[in-house]
This record gives sequence, structure tokens and C-alpha cells, in this order.
Amino acid sequence: MSISIEQRRQHRLMTIEKSLAKRHRKENAFRRMGLMAVVTGMTLVAILFVSILMRGVPAFWQATFYMDVYFDPEVVQLEPKPERESGESQFAFNERYSQWLTRAGLVNWQTLIDNALEEALGEEVEPRQLRDLRALVTSGERYALRDRFVEDPALLGQTVELKMLASANVDVWIKGNIDRDLPDARQQLSAQTRTWADQLEEQGVISNAFSTSLFLNTDSRSSQASAGLAGAFMGSLFMMVVVIGLSVPLGVSSAIYLEEFAPKNRLTDLIEININNLAAVPSIVFGLLGASIFIGYLRLPLSAPLVGGLVLTLMTLPTIIIATRASLRSIPPSIRQAALGIGASRVQTVFHHVLPLALPGILTGSILGVAQALGETAPLLLIGMNAFVANVPGTPLEQSTALPVQIYLWQGNELRNFFEARTSAAIIVLLGLMLSLNALAIWLRKKFETRW
Amino acid sequence: MNIPAQPMATSSVSVGSGESRVSKAKDKVKMNAQDVKVFYGDAQAINGIDLDIYENEVLAFIGPSGCGKSTFLRCLNRMNDTIDICRVEGKITLDQNDIYAPDRDVVLLRAQVGIVFQKPNPFPKSIYENIAYGPRLHGLARRKAELDDIVESSLRRAGLWEEVKDRLDKPGTGLSGGQQQRLCIARTVAVSPDIILMDEPCSALDPIATAKVEQLIDELSESYTIVMVTHNMQQAARVADRTAFFHMGDLVEVDTTDQIFTNPQDQRTHDYITGRFG
Repeated sequence: MSISIEQRRQHRLMTIEKSLAKRHRKENAFRRMGLMAVVTGMTLVAILFVSILMRGVPAFWQATFYMDVYFDPEVVQLEPKPERESGESQFAFNERYSQWLTRAGLVNWQTLIDNALEEALGEEVEPRQLRDLRALVTSGERYALRDRFVEDPALLGQTVELKMLASANVDVWIKGNIDRDLPDARQQLSAQTRTWADQLEEQGVISNAFSTSLFLNTDSRSSQASAGLAGAFMGSLFMMVVVIGLSVPLGVSSAIYLEEFAPKNRLTDLIEININNLAAVPSIVFGLLGASIFIGYLRLPLSAPLVGGLVLTLMTLPTIIIATRASLRSIPPSIRQAALGIGASRVQTVFHHVLPLALPGILTGSILGVAQALGETAPLLLIGMNAFVANVPGTPLEQSTALPVQIYLWQGNELRNFFEARTSAAIIVLLGLMLSLNALAIWLRKKFETRW
Repeated sequence: MNIPAQPMATSSVSVGSGESRVSKAKDKVKMNAQDVKVFYGDAQAINGIDLDIYENEVLAFIGPSGCGKSTFLRCLNRMNDTIDICRVEGKITLDQNDIYAPDRDVVLLRAQVGIVFQKPNPFPKSIYENIAYGPRLHGLARRKAELDDIVESSLRRAGLWEEVKDRLDKPGTGLSGGQQQRLCIARTVAVSPDIILMDEPCSALDPIATAKVEQLIDELSESYTIVMVTHNMQQAARVADRTAFFHMGDLVEVDTTDQIFTNPQDQRTHDYITGRFG
């Protein structure tokens, strides 16, 4: 009898041991699968970042001329910059000054660049080759030259070493982003220009230098080498201000009301379902809504960051409401009961105890919602923010584009081999902005986190 | 079994089976419940309870799980208001004033009738802030010094002062479970309520901490009316002047604690205290 009990004990232990092996196998298999999923995800993210960095970083360095430019008095035939005389009215002076500016604009500044290039090349360029010569330096530089002179008229008759951007095609040629063996007909530059570019590079006149044009200039079609993100950046910034200023207070307060004060009935259930559904609505639909309400009905200006911000606010609201409600719901009810039990009113309970505890979650949710809005393109296309805008908006009512829209526009640019790098560079700027927003979210979470 | 309300209670009138309540003259009705019914949605949790609560007594609610004792306790300072599906019928008065009257301010009520919960729930703030919150909220202290006095005296009353006086700025959540519960009691005392409700205040505590809280309840009963829910019959026997037995949403029997434990009038009470069910 005792043997049979012992045998049964042994048998039971063996059965458990056998099942143990199976359990361990399953556990290990699951662990491996999880690990594989993480590794796959991380690899893909790494590939994304490496490819964007590899393509985008070279765009921060551009083919640049370092040349001596002679402000030839024969070319720059201008009387001295007017100064205000005693007894002259402000109006009369302004009149005189703007006339001088107009004449300054009529000076053929390109000739100065042509002369400098001839000097650097060490040869006389025939008039019929002028076209090839002018393909070297990007067209925006002559205006930069004019602005420089207007700023400092004492330059007249002097020779200064100046930094000028090469044209987009020369940049492509120097960086080797085009097949050098292609026949003339398929090259972007004429044979003469290519020869000169190579010669100047050898002489060290052209070198690859860090360029701020990507950050300081706006988009440009005539001078593509100096096309930059300044306008789109300001547009995005204005939109963010509108989104943060509207969606965070609106979203957080409606979430607080719905979660803490609203009676639970059919109406609030309906509202809850609708908010959840709104979060899943494709963003382009919000663009249509914005186009018909803000532009069609309210007659707000087209392409304005204000309208973009309003549309993105609509899009972000459900995200923020849901995140805030989840955060409020995660606060243990015992805290509310404690405050109510002492005699705090419901408003005091929420604002003294619940909200401070929910703050990290609310901030994180809001910032992630805003970051999502920052990267949104589709709704902006429908309210005209994909227009070509060549100036930096000074107010949220001026025309502007946004960073993601600029990426979209550049990626469609016909000068592919130049704008591919620039697109990636713009993506780097956008990603940098996103990452800093996310870092801010993490920092705020750490700062306000309270344990209980 | 139910004792009629005494509008003008006089010490000469002996109420209920009061002959055994010799310790203190506790015969002034502080709170009175008449035909109180509580519903959660369609389910009735309490089926019409009448009860008097006397000034400066310790009244214990005992009964099996789900009998409605906690629900009834929470009716006494309207904590049930926070539950949307909960509905209270009947009349509860505090000093002859209906606490469910439409013009009754629930904030004032809760300042008069404080509550201590089953699980210690200090605010995730410093010990000082935990105590100072209530008085500051109700404007009970005008100056910092007054507030300091309230904090110290409340902690002293809760028997916690000696243990925490050197770390008032440390988080209340860092204390042990028993200390946290006494902190919660001090927090309630700091508002100077007339009545303190306690919902199983010792069920999350070890025996030593329980003994401290029980001793504290005894001391507090000098100046406060205490109504406590307990699962522990020995606890009721140790600290309560009177004990009420609840069963299935009914108040079966209420009498002096001695009476309930030695000579229960109802068969259900008898079965419960002798351990037949519960």
C-alpha cells in the first residue's frame, strides 16, 4: 500500500516534470518571438534613420564659390546713398531713398559676378558663352550682392572676397550626383560650364562648404540652390502655436468635464463614442471640413497658418481628450474619496489632487498629439498650404507652407538629383523637431511624476 | 428595536436598553435615520433602516459581507453621492437637520461628518500637507502658526506626533500602513468634525497597528461621535459602546455591545455572533 502511494507520488512528479519541459519550450518560443519583433522594429527604425541621415546630411554642405568680387564703379553707377539733410522732412527723405533703391535695383549686379568669374578662370569669356558662365553661380546671389552694397555703400571701388552658392546643377555635378559619362544632350549643364566647374574646383575656388541657406532662406524656384525651409518652419511654428493654444485647453477641459463632472447617461455615452470615432477619422477629412468651414464659410484667407492650425486643432482634439481621460481614469479613486471625505468640493478635489497627479499623462498625451499634428500633411493640402510661397510669414494670417508640406513639394520637384538630398535634409529638420518635442514629453513626465 | 428620535434629549430619559451604558452620559441624539433605503440602479441594497446615533458614542456596524453596513455608513456623510447609479431614499438628520435636503451643502456636511476609509489613502504629499489640507480648505487657520498648531494637535490626537515630528516634510505615502491609517485619522480630526465615520479602519493593518488604532478610537470617543464598520467582532466588542447587526440590507438589531454579544434578541444575530454564518 505504501509502495503504491510512493509510486503514485513518483508518477505525479514525472507528469509535472514532463509538462514542465513543454511549458519552458513555449515560454522560450514566446520570448524569442518577442525579441525578434523588437529587433525587427529596431532594425527598420535604424535603416530609416541611417538612410535619411546618409541622404540628407550632405545637403547641409553645398558647392560654394570663394571669389574676389570687385565693386566696379563703372558697373555700379550710383550716386552716394542719400542721407537725411537738416530741415528735410521724413517723407521727402523716404521718397529720395526709395528712388535710390530703385536705381540700385537697376544696376546689373550680374556683371560683377561675371567679372569675378572671368578673373578666377583667368580668361576672357566671349558674349556667346555668357549663358554658360551664368549657369555657374545660383541666380539669387546677384540680389545678395545688391543687398550687401545697399547695406554698405563704402564697398564701391573695393575688392572683397565673397562666398557665393553654386547653382543647383553645379552642386549636383561636383558632388557626382549625375553620371559624368552621359552624353551632352542628357547633361544638365553645357560642356563648357562643366569644364569650367571642374577647373574652378581644381583651383579651389569652388569647395564644399557648410551652407545656412537651408535654414535661412525660403523656398525658391529661380534660385534652387538657395531654396530653404525658413518659410515652412515659421508656418509650422505658427500652426503649433494655434494648435497648442486651442487644442490643449479645449481638450483638457472637456476631458476633465466628461470624466469628472458629467453625469453618465445616454448623451455622454454618445459623446464618448463620437470622440473615439473622431480620433479614427482620416486626417484629410478634417482638411475638407476646414476648407468648407474656415475658408468657404468664414472667409478666412487661403494658405494661412491660422486656418492650418484650426484644422489641425480639430484633428488633435480627440487624441488629447482620450489621452487626458485615460490619464484621469488611472488616478486611484481613493484619492478622490480622501479629498471629498475631508469636505473638498468636486472642483477642489479635481484641481488640488486629481489633476496634479494626472498631469504627466496629460502633458505626454498632449505633446504627442501636437507632434502628430506637426507631421500632418494631408489636411493642409486641402486648405492651400501646398502653394509656392517665397517669403517668411510674419503673422499667422499670411500665406505660408508647413514643414511636411515642404517635404512633399520638394520630393515632387523635377530637379530630382538636387532635391532628393534637400528633401532628406528637410526630413531631418522635421524629425529633429519631433524628437525634441518627444524628449520634452519624457522630461515633463519625469518632472511631474508622483508616486503613491 | 428602533429608538425614536429625541428632539430635546435630556439626561434623565434613558433611551433604548440604556441601563448597561454606564460609562458616559451618551443620550443626546446626534444623527437619526428614518426608513433609509438605498438602491444601486434597480437593486435595493438597504431596505429601510431606522437608527439613532448618540453624541460621543462609539457605534459599531457588524454583519456578513454585502449586508449593506458600508453602504449605510456612506449615506451618513453622503459619500454615496459620488456613485452615479446610487439612489438614497428616506431621511437622515444631523442635529435635527435633514442632510439630504436640497439646500444642504455637502461640503459643510462632510466637514461635520468626517470619514476614514478601509485602505489608508494619504495624499501623495508631505505629512504636513496631508493634515493641513483640510483646515486650509475650510479657512480654519489664518496664520501659519495656527496651521502648525492644528497639524501638531491633530497628529498628537492620532498618536503619531512622536513618530513623525522630525519628518513632517516627507511624503505621507512613505509611512507604514498603520502609520498611514493614523495619518488619515489625524487628517480627519484636523477639520474638527462632530462625527467620524470609519469604514473597516483596521482591515488592512497588522495586529499591532490595529491595537494602536483601537486605542486611538477609544481616546477619540471622548470628544467625537464615532461610527465604525468592522468585520471583526472582537474589535466591536473591544471598542464599541453599542453595536448594530446588519443582514441582507436590514438592520436586524442594535443594542449595547454587551447585550448584542451576550443576549441577542434575534436568531440571526445569535447565529452570526456564534459563528454559524458570516
